Amino acid sequence: MTQSKNFRLFAALIAALAIISTVRLWTSQDALTSSDTIGTALRLTVPILLAGMAGLWAERCGVLNIGIEGMMIFGTWFGAWGAWQFGPWAGLLFAILGGVFGGLVHAVATVRFNIDQVISGVVINLFAFFGVRYLSELVYVGKQGGGISQSPPQKWALPRFNLPILSGGEIAGWKSPDFLGWLELQRWFILGDLGGISRGLTHNLSWATVIAVLVVPASAWVLWRTRFGLRLRSSGESPVAAESLGVKVNHLRYYGLLISGGLAGLAGGTLSIVASSYYRQGQTAGRGFIGLATMIFGNWRPSGILIGAMLFGYAEGIKLVASDSITALFLFIAAISGVFFVVAVIRRKRVQIAVALSAFLLSAIAYRTVDTVPESLTQALPYLVTLIVLATANQRLRPPAMAGVPFRPGEPH
Amino acid sequence: MRKSLNTLGSSVSAIILALSICAVLLLVTGKDPFAAYSKILETGLTGEKLLEMLKRATPLIFSAIAVAIGFKMNLFNIGVEGQYLFAALVAAEMATHVSLPRPLHILFILVVAMVAGAAWASIAAFLKIARGVNEVISTIMLNYIALSFIQWLFESFFRDDSDGGLNVKTTKIAPSGRMPDLVHDRLNGMFIVALVVAFLYWIVVFRSRFGFRLRASGLNPIAARTAGIPANRMVLIALMLSGAVAGLIAMPAVIGDVYGYGPSAIATQFGFAGISVALLGRNHPVGIVGAALLFGFLDSTSAVLQLSGIPSSIVKVIQAIIVLVVVIVNEASSRRYNRRTAERAAADLKSQEVQS
Repeated sequence: MTQSKNFRLFAALIAALAIISTVRLWTSQDALTSSDTIGTALRLTVPILLAGMAGLWAERCGVLNIGIEGMMIFGTWFGAWGAWQFGPWAGLLFAILGGVFGGLVHAVATVRFNIDQVISGVVINLFAFFGVRYLSELVYVGKQGGGISQSPPQKWALPRFNLPILSGGEIAGWKSPDFLGWLELQRWFILGDLGGISRGLTHNLSWATVIAVLVVPASAWVLWRTRFGLRLRSSGESPVAAESLGVKVNHLRYYGLLISGGLAGLAGGTLSIVASSYYRQGQTAGRGFIGLATMIFGNWRPSGILIGAMLFGYAEGIKLVASDSITALFLFIAAISGVFFVVAVIRRKRVQIAVALSAFLLSAIAYRTVDTVPESLTQALPYLVTLIVLATANQRLRPPAMAGVPFRPGEPH
Repeated sequence: MRKSLNTLGSSVSAIILALSICAVLLLVTGKDPFAAYSKILETGLTGEKLLEMLKRATPLIFSAIAVAIGFKMNLFNIGVEGQYLFAALVAAEMATHVSLPRPLHILFILVVAMVAGAAWASIAAFLKIARGVNEVISTIMLNYIALSFIQWLFESFFRDDSDGGLNVKTTKIAPSGRMPDLVHDRLNGMFIVALVVAFLYWIVVFRSRFGFRLRASGLNPIAARTAGIPANRMVLIALMLSGAVAGLIAMPAVIGDVYGYGPSAIATQFGFAGISVALLGRNHPVGIVGAALLFGFLDSTSAVLQLSGIPSSIVKVIQAIIVLVVVIVNEASSRRYNRRTAERAAADLKSQEVQS
């Protein structure tokens, strides 16, 4: 069973790769899968991914977290402050602590005092935005390069590395060959794309990125393979039943929210320490909410969140690196929906046929007619995709059953 | 009566508690809280600043009422932000395409703004009714979609560069569509409109059959459905009403100040501030107006604070802390109130049992 599932996933991946490779060769838009694009996409994926995981931890323990954005803001500010004072690694630690502070406020408000979880989240967002502005006025104003809306630049950045042999990394001073880079330059069908993508993922990599990506398997393992994780999830699914079995629901919700806040803070830290070298007001730019969207898109599962974050990160990355190859993506979507159309016809699923056909026609028309996509509209993409997913696949989504419902231990139910 | 006194008492004590938390915050960051507070009172209570308070309170009243209409039905309309910005752009643009005599032109703009706000809110209502999508999530997403959509509409169709300069706007609205000032250059007629809307909100939500149904659906949806109140239609009407009032938020600026729409000319964030004001005012029209005046008062003093060496953002921090503390105190006091009521009822029941 699992083997055939794995096989199907593998086949789908190869098919998608073949299609994008064909599109690349057809339109000669090499940027579609160049290591440059993929590397940028990875950098943009990381904060969204961490924000999504922050949402996952909160909702799995039964508390909605609208305040991810605010906790990220704390992360950017305290991260940049720590990095400016003590260096980037300490900065990341301060970013996490800043986020944990936001998570603690949320936990005290919603778990201890049982106020509406959405309200608490909204207030935390406001509090964080103006709170760090206040701190900036106290700390950064008058410093070299600093001001009310930005911090002084950090002195040094986190180390980056290339994977040896594959992407031209160094082993003890010896410059190893850049095999993937060479493969990418050949522009071969599929192999060239594979080279570009893997080089993008392994070239000029920040250690913070590696840590961030490791959060996904770590979270999956803790939440689904440990006793702590089982109890934490049961607090989100059925706190009453969990309590009757002796689980301390409120303690677990505190832990869940502190972890959630820490991850959101780290997400903010990657923005102000890894993606740039100083704090800037508005640096989060709604990524906390994109994270929330990613969590829904990923159906409250780590793997789904990873896929969603990569999708949104790629969309943002290609816009940044090669905005003129966006139109080639319409051709890609058209080809994909064409494949889905054929599959749906074979399986005789009427609704799927209709959806696939309209997607095919829309993207085909878009490819033929649209020359440039206005940037203002591509910004809305993650939100639009999430709304469409919510509207079309709402029945298939499985959020934690009691996320958002206040719980008081020891009360009659 | 007893309950409303209770409410007022808990709100006031929460505000005092919040102010003392902020005082500690100020002390920790090396500023003198007494100097800050006395500066706020001193400058805020001059005639000029009081007018500014009324001016700043106007959009907050609209915004809070828009949020409160949703709250009364247990709907959380976080999308006020997107609704009012969308309405501002549409109303500012439509205003330049008609020529009407003065009162009608103003009325036309206000109606267009309300329709646009309601239309944007109806997307969330539709998603909730037809597809069961939670309005909290959909309105958050719609906020960002609205921002992008507005930017695209403005950049591609509505911007008017004839004025020159960096601060681009839509074509200027003709004098017939401009709201007259109550006090020259300080306060315009939209303040009166805001008070009227607050009064209408009281009539419609607290004193009409429709309002009863709305509140009933919010208090106990199952009971309301059993009583034959159509749940879906109530969701649609409540969200559209909320969006319609949200459409008015930017109007004090659009027809009273800027005479058009411009990305940098129309202030953002009122949607979120409205949530705070509605919470502080506990969704009651009198409370909302009072809370909006309090926030307007604090906002009006921020510039002076800056001049005397205290970062002006402290005003916004105070506001956020006030709201958080008020919500927590209200929750705790209403739980205590409910528990006391339950205890009293239990005691009454017991004494009856003894008698019989």
